[in-house]
Amino acid sequence: MSEIEFLDWVRGPGFQIAAVIFVAGVIIRILEILMLGRKKNLAEARGSEMLGGLRTIVTRSMHDKATFQRSAFTIVSGYIFHTGLLLSIFFFAPHILMFKEVFGLSWPSLPTPVIDALAVISIIALLTIIARRMSNKVMRFLNTPGDYLAWLLTITPLVTGYMAFHRIGLPAPTLLAIHILSVEILLVLFPFTKLMHAFTLFMARWYNGAISGYRGVAS
Amino acid sequence: MSASLEKGIHALKEQVDSTVAAFFSSCVHCGMCADACLFYTETGEPERMPINKVEPLRRIWKSEYTLLGRIGKLFGLTKKVDDKLLTEWETLVYDSCTLCGRCSMVCPVGNDIALMIRKTREGMAVAGHAPEGLIGATTRAITIGSPMGVKLPALQAQIRHVEESTGKTIPVDVEGAEYMLLLSSMEIMNFPEFIEAVSKIFDRAGVSWTISTEAFEATNSGIQIGVSDLAAELVQRIVDAAEKLKVKTVISPECGHAYMAIRWEGPNLVGKPFSFKVRHILEVLNELREQGKLEISSRETQKLTYHDPCQISRRGGVINEPRSLLDMVADNFVEMPDTGKMNWCCGAGGGVSSNERADEIRLKVFQRKKEQLDAIKPDAIVSACSNCRLNLEDALEEYNMDIPLLSLTEMLADHLAD
Amino acid sequence: MSDRKNTAQADLTLGEVLRKRGISRRSFLKFCAATASMMAMPPSMVPAIAAALEKARRPSVIWLSFQECTGCTESLTRSHSTTIESLIFDHISLDYHHTLQAAAGTHAEAARIASMEENFGKYLLIVDGSIPMGNPGYSTIAGVSNHDMLMETAKGAAAVIAVGTCAAYGGIPHADPNPTGAVSVGDLIKDKPIINVPGCPPIPVVITGVLTHFLTFGELPELDHIGRPMAFYGKSIHDRCYRRPFYDKGLFAETFDDEGAKKGWCLYKLGCKGPTTYNACATTKWNDGTSFPIEAGHPCLGCSEPDFWDGGGFYKALSMPTENITQNIIYAAAGAAAAGVAVGALNRAKKSKAQATHQKVKLEDLNK
Ligand code: SF4
Ligand code: SF4
Ligand code: SF4
Repeated sequence: MSEIEFLDWVRGPGFQIAAVIFVAGVIIRILEILMLGRKKNLAEARGSEMLGGLRTIVTRSMHDKATFQRSAFTIVSGYIFHTGLLLSIFFFAPHILMFKEVFGLSWPSLPTPVIDALAVISIIALLTIIARRMSNKVMRFLNTPGDYLAWLLTITPLVTGYMAFHRIGLPAPTLLAIHILSVEILLVLFPFTKLMHAFTLFMARWYNGAISGYRGVAS
Repeated sequence: MSASLEKGIHALKEQVDSTVAAFFSSCVHCGMCADACLFYTETGEPERMPINKVEPLRRIWKSEYTLLGRIGKLFGLTKKVDDKLLTEWETLVYDSCTLCGRCSMVCPVGNDIALMIRKTREGMAVAGHAPEGLIGATTRAITIGSPMGVKLPALQAQIRHVEESTGKTIPVDVEGAEYMLLLSSMEIMNFPEFIEAVSKIFDRAGVSWTISTEAFEATNSGIQIGVSDLAAELVQRIVDAAEKLKVKTVISPECGHAYMAIRWEGPNLVGKPFSFKVRHILEVLNELREQGKLEISSRETQKLTYHDPCQISRRGGVINEPRSLLDMVADNFVEMPDTGKMNWCCGAGGGVSSNERADEIRLKVFQRKKEQLDAIKPDAIVSACSNCRLNLEDALEEYNMDIPLLSLTEMLADHLAD
Repeated sequence: MSDRKNTAQADLTLGEVLRKRGISRRSFLKFCAATASMMAMPPSMVPAIAAALEKARRPSVIWLSFQECTGCTESLTRSHSTTIESLIFDHISLDYHHTLQAAAGTHAEAARIASMEENFGKYLLIVDGSIPMGNPGYSTIAGVSNHDMLMETAKGAAAVIAVGTCAAYGGIPHADPNPTGAVSVGDLIKDKPIINVPGCPPIPVVITGVLTHFLTFGELPELDHIGRPMAFYGKSIHDRCYRRPFYDKGLFAETFDDEGAKKGWCLYKLGCKGPTTYNACATTKWNDGTSFPIEAGHPCLGCSEPDFWDGGGFYKALSMPTENITQNIIYAAAGAAAAGVAVGALNRAKKSKAQATHQKVKLEDLNK
């Protein structure tokens, strides 16, 4: 297989396979959760479930000062890495073109040096996160192979993307192909790892907010 | 004696719903819930972190309700729930959690971990892994009518004392009264002043109220141990009494989990909406205040703080009412750091106080509260839960701290205008 | 380039040929300097190059054309003015070349055989076009299949230069579904040094550059991992593209006639393959240094890369999937919705069953 053939495969059949598994997997997982259903609350309401749910979806991204201080590292590193990751996924011009091709939607991009910097920042954040995961008492206790897998699946596209952009080590087509392949692996495993939280967190937050909101508490 | 692992697993299967599935699917193992839980912060033992406490429920969800888990189960790859696991988890699920729900407030993905621990107990209890103390309390609640074994004559005796000291009659079994007051055994046995206070305030405000001799106990050990069927039985007694007396509103006394049991879980346990309203005593008092029926003639001058009982504030929604009432009666009210819905648990809720095995850890995790108190050094602590009150008194003594505990209702009664 | 002319010039060195053509010493050295820099050699090498070229004897070259379009030959011979490059090309003894040789038929074949025998082990074999392996009859010359002629001619070659993407990597004949079973020179010849000079067509200067190097050093230049001379294919178009600053700033032409296109912004979104294409276009340019495709406003097609024809559309940006996947995603979503409902129903059934078989818990159930 020549490197351009490799690139063509990941841009063609590889992408097809990954996208189909990703979309199907996510939908199945979501239905698998939602269809379990939950009982209607029969107690007299003190507040709105819907509003509470929606409110928590938003407010759970912000923490009160004391909580922030207690979990500063987790919150700050999490913020940095998620921001960098999401911005470099959704605001890099070539990526937007991909979304446009698949979904027909497009939006303005950020300058490439900015994306470049964001990717580096995310990579550094992810490295500190794994260092902490391996050293912190609570994290070590919680760790499962799945945590390391999810970390690997996330950092690989960042690193390969960075390498492809700067053409480090290998011919450009190969680097680009490896980058796309790493994203495809991520997509394929996404629905079956904790990466799924990217979707289910909205449900979880909504439920949390709805349960509290019903009782008149903003959670 | 028929508790069994199968029953436990069966119960856990029943407990999984879309919320549980969404929560487990979302957990990213960030560890933030550990920092929110006094059982971790004060012991530093990672196994006591919140999300770990629900491991039995997680295993059932994973192997029964996920595609991958179901496939894994076929090949024997999923982790099983067995007696060894449940034995190990007993001290985590019961002794190391007060169902305070603080973890549920910080989890970045929004997991209501406390809810899941409550659900996990449903499985633990029927698998025979509930603590002795809670089994005893539940048994007494079902057979005698009170977890502390308080019987009607004891209540009647207390009522007589109150009537003697106030010269006013306490309305008992009055049909058509607007309010029906529930009490907790702790109030009957340890704080009968509460009955006196309520009677004084209601009398002054001209409220029509009553106490039922058929259902006066507000607490619900069925919820703490995690057996909905038994909890429902206890709730049904109250429903029957309230319907019989045709009251408009049932008042939950100064007891946190009683409020949770009757106000929020009650209708869901018995399976139909109540024909009456349920209010916490502080809600009722605040309503009276708003209506101008709660006049006071003197004010507290000492430095007061308010300890939010978890089930009343964070899990119950009664957060502003005590503060409005305190504003009315206290000159020097100070909030603790981390207050209201973010308050720290006293360490004794969720059945921990009925579980002697947990005594040591209960006193240990009180350090969290101590730190909060040390930060503001109040002259007295006001609260609205007899359980918190008993525990705080006990723990303060243990830590050689001399801060009196006050009941908000009693305090208001003391300052009532003649 | 008749046989007669060949013999007449046979003994002249390159230096003599150039002088006869009236090229001054100064412009010759300039050429050597340019060659050195083009091939990324230090300036100190210039005298050595000059000396070597001065004395170089004209090599015998056999040029075989297989499944090709003659574009490569056109590219090479269509120089607008006489350059030293073209003279170097003139200097070689092109003993066999379909398009350029005067002889035809049996004479032509005889010339090839003669040259092979005479210069066995020394001649250069240049090939353009791919070789069909599907059926030997797909492409024959004088009744000989391309494959057989290549194998026969390669035997005595000092080195093989695969000119054009077809010879180097199969090129357009090799494109999906490759009806003739086309393969590259490198696919067939394993025991000779091969230089790939891909491009569709390749830049003329690259061919002469390679010849110059061969004449100067008597060996092949440094090659990259797919056989291309590093001196010309070491950097990508994108690395040396003058529109690169626009790429970095995120300024792109969206269509061929929008503001961005007029302002000369980056052509990435119009499908430019510059980022994955290694070639010298951006520096040497075409048509005597006039411009190159990107300068003319058209995205790079990536013609110097293997399989460039199968890259999923010249106007599809590199980051876009090459196949239309929207449809499949919709099917997948629909299928998954059905499957999800089924899985969900199983979950529900399991839970309902658990609830239906619920046994009311009594006090006795709390103890073992
Ligand atoms: S509910 Fe409270 S005690 Fe229980 S795990 Fe959560 S924070 Fe800890
Ligand atoms: S805070 Fe939430 S996401 Fe983090 S470990 Fe605890 S339950 Fe999981
Ligand atoms: S026009 Fe092509 S080669 Fe030039 S910068 Fe843009 S993408 Fe790169």
